[in-house]
Amino acid sequence: MANIISDETIEYVGILAKLELSDAEKEQAKKDMGSMLDYIDKLNELDTTGVEPMSHVFPVHNVFREDVIVNGDQRDIVLANAPEEKEGCFKVPKTVE
Amino acid sequence: MSKQYETVIGLEVHVELATKTKIFCSCSTEFGGAPNTHTCPVCTGMPGSLPVLNKKVVELALAVGLATNCQINQYCKFDRKNYFYPDNPQNYQISQLYLPICHDGGIEIETSAGKKVVGIHEIHMEEDAGKLIHDEWDDCSLVDFNRSGVPLIEIVSEPDMRSAEEVIAYLDKLRLIIQYLGASDCKLQEGSMRADVNLSVREVGASEYGTRTEMKNLNSFKAIARAIEGERARQIELIEEGGQVIQETRRWDDTKEQSYAMRSKEDAQDYRYFPDPDLVPVMISDEWISSIRGNQPELRNEKMVRYKEQYDIPEYDISIITGSKHLADLFEETVAICKNPKKVSNWIMVETMRLLKEHDLEPEQIRFSPENLAKLILLVESKAINGNVAKEVFEKVFDKDIDPEKYVEENGLKSVNDEGALRATIERIVEENPKSIEDYKSGKTKAMGFLVGQTMKEMKGKADPGMINKILKEVLDQL
Repeated sequence: MANIISDETIEYVGILAKLELSDAEKEQAKKDMGSMLDYIDKLNELDTTGVEPMSHVFPVHNVFREDVIVNGDQRDIVLANAPEEKEGCFKVPKTVE
Repeated sequence: MSKQYETVIGLEVHVELATKTKIFCSCSTEFGGAPNTHTCPVCTGMPGSLPVLNKKVVELALAVGLATNCQINQYCKFDRKNYFYPDNPQNYQISQLYLPICHDGGIEIETSAGKKVVGIHEIHMEEDAGKLIHDEWDDCSLVDFNRSGVPLIEIVSEPDMRSAEEVIAYLDKLRLIIQYLGASDCKLQEGSMRADVNLSVREVGASEYGTRTEMKNLNSFKAIARAIEGERARQIELIEEGGQVIQETRRWDDTKEQSYAMRSKEDAQDYRYFPDPDLVPVMISDEWISSIRGNQPELRNEKMVRYKEQYDIPEYDISIITGSKHLADLFEETVAICKNPKKVSNWIMVETMRLLKEHDLEPEQIRFSPENLAKLILLVESKAINGNVAKEVFEKVFDKDIDPEKYVEENGLKSVNDEGALRATIERIVEENPKSIEDYKSGKTKAMGFLVGQTMKEMKGKADPGMINKILKEVLDQL
């Protein structure tokens, strides 16, 4: 493998993704990420001079909605997915910035 | 303090666009609904839901971009900004990083230091987050996603401002342009316009910028001015003491007139932006741009010229009235009904401004209708009520938008224009005040004023002062 992922990188990526990984999982993740980067290196071998960067896989653009209210009050359906609810709201652990 | 410092300020202004529906779903954007009643699987980030762009959002963003002299990215797209916070149900915000819709514009501002152009780095479209309510009793937070997915544009200026005065002038100009376009109501108090201030200081003459901080939670022009002064002083003091400014986000507490650090940019503000695969690119044709440009409503400068030609009111009045889209609309709609631009302008410039100041309100918070102001003006013109009564009635119009015709009728405020009744009252008052007659005869004009006052009192303020004067003079001269 050409790309070696450091312990610090795995730690950092774990924090960003809010994942708690065991030591074994970290080792596995290091290998997986290394081979992903190897694959990207392989793709980079292709000469793409003069090719516009692609931002979407479908050759489709301008898919729009008109500005018309269609949705009514569906609070009960939406809140049915809440782990916990209170006073019509999603209840979450206290979060204060 | 021996060294001279210069303040360098750039602004990030978020503006809520005046659409009926959210940016990526057909939920209502209406303010103030019961929690989560304007939500659906898209704006609550349910797995498998797909966003579809609201065309109106693109049109309003384009209108603002064109009115602020921006270049348009005719090929633009959306990116995901990844972060975890409970008000953000997808764990990413859909925004624009790589190809924002508008870039490289600017607007001219005028301050006591003269005219200058403040550059606009870019304008991008994005979605608003939900609202967190902190429950003190239950030690939890409650999330209301009604605001989630409300369309915003973020207008990022260049670091071109050097004082609070310039910042206020820039915001004022920006707000007026956007209000005139009808792209947003731009109410700072209600959060439909929000400004984050990026500020750094450097020694005068230095070529490099100092380290900047970003300040949030600024919800009035006054708070912005105070926060700028406060942050400038804090940074200079830090530097003078040999310390260093840390790049961080700070929250302004306007009651304490102090800012405190929210989060340091050093710890994990890594948003890992990438193109949103759920949304296809937006291609903006030349035709689309010209049609937006062609449909642009009358902006302030054009309005000022037209007012001068059409209404013949003082230039100072024009500048105040057109200084708020709401006032300008109120003025035009009232004139359309009562056909008296000078009187309408007077009521706006004098009584309306006085009451706004008294109640510490912005023109946008005026609640009365053009119909009721027009009715009041017509009542005065037809001499149905006199000037003093009109002022009294106007306070009610201002407070509760009452119907002045009804109010005058119900409270018996109509002027007594019955000449016979008035003459009888005056004759009686003159008879009761022989001393005043003597004074009048000996040339003391004050006596006349006294008798007018007595008559007005007797008529409970409802007589026409001109008519009292005329009759009183006749009565006195006959004696």
